[in-house]
Amino acid sequence: MNDIYQFVSGPLAWVAFILFIGGSLYRVIAMIAEVKKKEPFIFTYMSLKYSLRSILHWITPFATYNWRRKPVLTVVTFAFHICLFVSPIFLLAHVTLWDESWNIRWWTLPDGSADIMTLIVMASCVFFLVRRLTQREVQFVTFVSDYIILGIVAAPFITGFLAYHQWFGYPILMILHVLAGEVMLVAIPFTRLSHMLFSPFTRAYMGSEFGVIRKSKDY
Amino acid sequence: MAEPATKNPVEEQKVVDEGIDVGISRLTEDKIEKVINQVLKGETGARLKTYVSTCIHCGLCSEACHYYMSNDKDPKWSPVGKIKQTIWEMIRKKGRVSPEFIRRAVEIAHTECNQCRRCMQFCPFGIDIAYLIGMVRRICHKLGVTPRYIQDTVHSHSVTMNQMWVKGDEWPDTLQWQEEEARGEFPKLRIPLEKEGADIMYSVIAPEPKFQAQLIYQAAAIMEVAGVNWTMPADKGWDNSDMAMFTGDNEIMGRIKRTHFETASRLRVKRIVMGECGHAFRSVYDTGNRWLGWSQPPIPIVHAIDFYYELLKGNRIPIKEKFKEPVTLHDPCNVVRGGGLGEKLRYVAHALCETVIEMYPNREYNYCCCAGGGVINCGPPYKLKRVKGNRVKAEQLMDARTRGAKVIIAPCHNCHSGLKDIKDYYDLHMDIKFFGDIIYKIMEKPE
Repeated sequence: MNDIYQFVSGPLAWVAFILFIGGSLYRVIAMIAEVKKKEPFIFTYMSLKYSLRSILHWITPFATYNWRRKPVLTVVTFAFHICLFVSPIFLLAHVTLWDESWNIRWWTLPDGSADIMTLIVMASCVFFLVRRLTQREVQFVTFVSDYIILGIVAAPFITGFLAYHQWFGYPILMILHVLAGEVMLVAIPFTRLSHMLFSPFTRAYMGSEFGVIRKSKDY
Repeated sequence: MAEPATKNPVEEQKVVDEGIDVGISRLTEDKIEKVINQVLKGETGARLKTYVSTCIHCGLCSEACHYYMSNDKDPKWSPVGKIKQTIWEMIRKKGRVSPEFIRRAVEIAHTECNQCRRCMQFCPFGIDIAYLIGMVRRICHKLGVTPRYIQDTVHSHSVTMNQMWVKGDEWPDTLQWQEEEARGEFPKLRIPLEKEGADIMYSVIAPEPKFQAQLIYQAAAIMEVAGVNWTMPADKGWDNSDMAMFTGDNEIMGRIKRTHFETASRLRVKRIVMGECGHAFRSVYDTGNRWLGWSQPPIPIVHAIDFYYELLKGNRIPIKEKFKEPVTLHDPCNVVRGGGLGEKLRYVAHALCETVIEMYPNREYNYCCCAGGGVINCGPPYKLKRVKGNRVKAEQLMDARTRGAKVIIAPCHNCHSGLKDIKDYYDLHMDIKFFGDIIYKIMEKPE
């Protein structure tokens, strides 16, 4: 068991991080290169001011017309995305690993808060799942891959939560947790989770079009 | 709020549209595959790919769409639902789709989406859904499958450089006729043709000379009273409309726009002022000019709303008394969401009318008229789908009516026609007017 743990948290972690960082860079650079080659006019319209106007509105809860129209979804989606980023980055156990391996450390969350954030992520995943299953407009455009993506995101949090509380099977859960985290990292550049990489660009372009040409709001 | 009345439901009949039926009969899967891949590989790039791989299928665009809202929130009418039924499938199957699939795709792209771009304001990622539907239309155009009525207008553009088969001599004849008519009221009025170096070239859409010549009369009257140094071309280039933009026939779109701009340039005018039309504004200001390679229109484009704003603000149109009947304002997508003229529209309305009652939602969030984007131009076979597909507009108008509005101001030709069909079908008993109608009615005229 220890050997497997050493493997997934050692060489496999390297592979996962290389694929995540390398893959993300590749996707973004390839996109920009293709714009340059086939649709260079897009650069003509890009405006920092309107890009930021658009991005800031959409990353602020209730700052857009559609966020205001959907209060429950807005609260859930913001809570989900914030916890999704904050809890793994500032978890004491994760920072300790960075510290042990690279001798770097940063501010950490109290374990109780991290635990609540993990619960929020899991509850949000259930919300998204129920939404996919019950809302007709979402269900109509749902593919198997959408459930898989949701599972990929939920898995590290479920396994991490169970491992932290050590209710059962700690060693195996720990291995599964590390694996799940690695799967998620690798999935980001190569699945629709890539909206993490691309959404600032699509938002910036639409914000610029609306600001520079259409002189109206895209939010 | 009272529900708008509906006429007896008519069974929707199978649409017979020669443009589609004959086009489909000529298709094979090989041909479809070749054309789709040619368009996807040759004419699209990172934009399409990024939009498709970024969409997380959340459905948040759905309630932006009047078709979706009016068809009992049936998901096949949602913006993303329409993308799923068209371009996603084309990409997933690498272009290998059946002729029957193309029949459904052309119906969706041409008669179930107005390209009003409201869904783009609802998408958290800013995915350009209208662009994706536009690519479907482009593919259908290259496959030779386009609804017959709108294709006919594109043929007219191609042959005559106007949308309505207005022949060479009919155009100056119509102008001369309107000039003569107007001189009964304004003895010194001229419709100056080919006046080089005028401040303004006034351009219209071809339906004006074809069957709404009084609009040219009114525009001439306003120019006369405001003392504007203006002109109209005597030959091709007077029509600013553009149905080719909506059928994906970009090559013809380019020819039309080039002719329009070159005419203004030949007349050495400072600006082009266009009548109260939304799609034409989109074509001249946003789409056609860019297709020709100009990042901005080469000659400044002024929409009628903006022009009236300028005249009223400068006190250049003396008003006898304000328009009395309470009005409500319909914000056309192409000039408000697409051109930022919402506040100027309100300034003009308040300057002209005693009582202005807002409809909700309004400004850039207004619901579409369901006529634009080429949908009304697909003709009678699709009229029922179009009016039923905008029940939500009838409800919005009904709400404004219960708060006292009697007249709808719609400064766009497509909106005008679309709203007329809606008010008739849902028995709304409201009048629809252009700003030009109101200005002409209330301005001071010579004794």
